[in-house]
Amino acid sequence: MEKTGSSLLDLTYLDTLSDQDTPVHRLDPRVKLLTTLLFIVCVVSFNKYELSALLPFVIYPIVLVALGNLPLGYLLKKVLLAAPFAFLVGIFNPLLDRAVLVHLGPLEISGGWVSFASIMLRFVLTVSAALILVASTGFNAVCLALEKMGAPAAFTVQLLFLYRYIFVLGDEALRMLRARSLRSFGGRGMALQVSSLMIGQLLLRTLDRAQRIHLAMRCRGFDGEIRIARQLRIGGRDLVFLVGCSAIFLFMRLHDVPRWLGDTAMALMR
Amino acid sequence: MAGRHGHGVDAVSHPVVEVRDLQYTYPDGNPALRGLSFSVAQGETVAIVGANGAGKSTILLHLNGCLMPQAGTVRIGDFPLSKRTLPDVRRTVGMVFQDPDDQLFMPKVQDDVAFGPLNLGLPADEVDRRVMHALSIVGAAHLKDRPPYRLSGGEKRAVAIASVLSMSPTILVMDEPTSNLDPQARRRLIELLKTFEQTIIVATHDLDMAFDLCARTIVVKEGRILTDGPSREILQDAVLLVAGHLERPLRLQGCPVCSPPG
Repeated sequence: MEKTGSSLLDLTYLDTLSDQDTPVHRLDPRVKLLTTLLFIVCVVSFNKYELSALLPFVIYPIVLVALGNLPLGYLLKKVLLAAPFAFLVGIFNPLLDRAVLVHLGPLEISGGWVSFASIMLRFVLTVSAALILVASTGFNAVCLALEKMGAPAAFTVQLLFLYRYIFVLGDEALRMLRARSLRSFGGRGMALQVSSLMIGQLLLRTLDRAQRIHLAMRCRGFDGEIRIARQLRIGGRDLVFLVGCSAIFLFMRLHDVPRWLGDTAMALMR
Repeated sequence: MAGRHGHGVDAVSHPVVEVRDLQYTYPDGNPALRGLSFSVAQGETVAIVGANGAGKSTILLHLNGCLMPQAGTVRIGDFPLSKRTLPDVRRTVGMVFQDPDDQLFMPKVQDDVAFGPLNLGLPADEVDRRVMHALSIVGAAHLKDRPPYRLSGGEKRAVAIASVLSMSPTILVMDEPTSNLDPQARRRLIELLKTFEQTIIVATHDLDMAFDLCARTIVVKEGRILTDGPSREILQDAVLLVAGHLERPLRLQGCPVCSPPG
């Protein structure tokens, strides 16, 4: 079971990470969720050629990884895993947008390449922020925070169930795949048609299981509302973190910090 | 066997479960129960045994209203089973399903054990108390913060039982409680169930467990009751057992090493 989970999505390891006790882990999940959302909004809202102003935002993931005792290599690997998507989104920019935007000595860089780099940088920043949120909070606590902040219960309950049963589903799919490959000699039996039948089978099994789960829930008095008995409390440190981070993000969003530093340095040298 | 079985069959005069002429046909036209009757007294432990498809699970599903009788009646304590009495019946009868993955759907063990009590509308501190009590009964208090998918089979089963115990049912109904457990986990479960005060009804193929745990055995065949009586007698009656597609519990069979057959 555990093995499947880890080979599938490595979710169990993310969960283990969230079991730690560090200053980052102790923060209220709602505060971390809000901060992460604000971070993502700030990073995404820059114009498409922005590069330098994005750079200071790297501080946030770095500081959280350090304070939260999170394995940097592991997180980078996860980010890389999703990188092809961003790569595909951005890779056509250099082909379409050939207007020269930046002169670096003899080197001329087109707007396409700049926007491509910007896309990749934004991607790394936002995905790592989201990963850090889950790794330092735990998926369930994120769902809980969503619900406490007023997200529709149907939505958070769906997320919780998705997370609970993705392991069971993965296990089931793996068993079916294994059963097929054991009896598929020399590639026969691996045809697309068989795969579609298997997916249908998996759906039927899932419906069956859903019915049994619903039955088990009804047996324990389920009436359409999931009640979770856990109180969240926002303390002084949470507020400091939230206000501090928000202020820094907004400042970095409104001011191009590297350019400003550069200008100041130039002015001093003159 | 434990002393709790002393007030067994002779207490039938005051049944906590009473099934009369129960019939049920599945939507696909397959008749599962063809009219069976039995009653269970307070504190009894009853094994329902029989071949695959004999109707064991269908009986269990009627005992807390997962299925409604198509003909005949089911009474749980003072309540005849009906839509109106369903909440009372479900509070009285705790159902442990065969696959713990179906039963443990909450993100953490303690959320799952708290699910029933919270739905009963109990105050938070009472819920906490019940959760810890139920978990400590099954010896799983240390698992309370773990997600269910990271438990072993035996731990899952223990937690599934705790999630039902937390509602303080007076009747426990279990479908194959010993399936998929390793021998030691199975033995621990049997010893645990022996300590329970509740009325216990189990459907099982594990005849050795039936012999150990249950004073009374009901053999079901093709939707009818073949026999109903003390486990000690029924589980030794080879002719009867063969008629029910069963065999004697392994420990009642000859040892193949010290007295080889033939």
